[in-house]
Amino acid sequence: MTPAISVTGLTRRYRDHTALQDVNLAITGGTIAGLLGRNGAGKTTLLRILAGQEFPSSGSVRVLGAPPAENEDVLRHLVFVREDQVYPEIKVGQALRAASWFYPNWNAALASSLQDDFGLRADKAVKKLSRGQRSALGITIGLAARAEVTLFDEPYAGLDAVARQVFYDRLLADFAQFPRTVLLSTHLIDEAAALFDGVVVIDRGRVVLDAAADDLRGVATRVSGPCLAVDALAEGRPVWERRGLGSQASVVMVGRLSPEDRERARSSGLDLTPLSLQQIVVRAAAGVVAPAPEAGFETERTSA
Amino acid sequence: MPEMAGLDEGAPLFVQIADRLAGEIADGGLAEGARVPSTNELAAFYRINPATAAKGINVLADDGLLEKRRGIGMFVATGARQRLLARRRAEFTRRHVEPLLTEAIRLGIDTDELFTLIRKAGTEREGVSR
Repeated sequence: MTPAISVTGLTRRYRDHTALQDVNLAITGGTIAGLLGRNGAGKTTLLRILAGQEFPSSGSVRVLGAPPAENEDVLRHLVFVREDQVYPEIKVGQALRAASWFYPNWNAALASSLQDDFGLRADKAVKKLSRGQRSALGITIGLAARAEVTLFDEPYAGLDAVARQVFYDRLLADFAQFPRTVLLSTHLIDEAAALFDGVVVIDRGRVVLDAAADDLRGVATRVSGPCLAVDALAEGRPVWERRGLGSQASVVMVGRLSPEDRERARSSGLDLTPLSLQQIVVRAAAGVVAPAPEAGFETERTSA
Repeated sequence: MPEMAGLDEGAPLFVQIADRLAGEIADGGLAEGARVPSTNELAAFYRINPATAAKGINVLADDGLLEKRRGIGMFVATGARQRLLARRRAEFTRRHVEPLLTEAIRLGIDTDELFTLIRKAGTEREGVSR
């Protein structure tokens, strides 16, 4: 299957710095991927290039098989919801109508039910919306467009936890009915983790981790308890971090635990806590995670 | 991670989905011949990616515990419950007896005392259920 998004050797230089450096990426069609990384890592630049709003300095970018920039055929099948979308002087209803003309798969029923979910009034001027409501409008357009490639860049500034859950639920429900390729950049990783097929972590313009999200679960565990027991269990395994206090120690151990490991831990009074996806990503961005085979990572995507 | 209806970050989600379905079949909650929730139903309930849910179902289907009926969905296969119970019995010692012994030794409870405790707890439970 051809990937819906494929990026090869992409570099984007500005006058004084390099935003993206030799980025290689393939996102399989019909999957939801998380684009993760710290502020300033290059996520927005990458999404803008995918959305055809910016040109690469070098390298190749293909969205639905073609370069997206100034390509009407691609752009009609792509929706890009930005963190702080700027709208002209129009009302909510007009913004939705304009979107309905542009996107061939636009679903008006979905748009109006999302409007209800978020309490977005059609007659309200977009300029007068709160930050959260402006985000809600972006999300409504992003989902109702049902575009083959859907790019969300931190789409929920100002939205509270309840409204964000509405977004996740509606995204999953509509994705199930109308599968499409979704790339969502977020720093609320734990919140969104269960949505993702794949995760791509960018740091300082480079891809530092590209893996199936489910392969990362249970791949690292915090082991705490008596020093001797902790070190005995961790012996011969990669360790990301070790802290000690008197006779107590706490390490982050890499590699899946077998039932025997768990039994050993229990019998020596050790406490085991799996690292969340967020914690793994934080370490990836800090350069601690080498996606090496001995670390237990399967960097290949499960479906290609 | 919030709101995943009891799933956690300790193992791949597809494994946890498979385990939970297997547990329901073993407990009789999902009877043989019953329709198993669809991928999308599981995805909505657990709030996870549908592909992950599908992978979990496929684990059980590959194992012969579920069977596909074209155009209708997945159903619990005949004999699935017996097979799962047999597996659980085989695991009983490792999962329950050995940890019990380990903890007993740590607390200085010898085997005779452990027998007595088990017998006493068993008698009390029978008394309650009578």
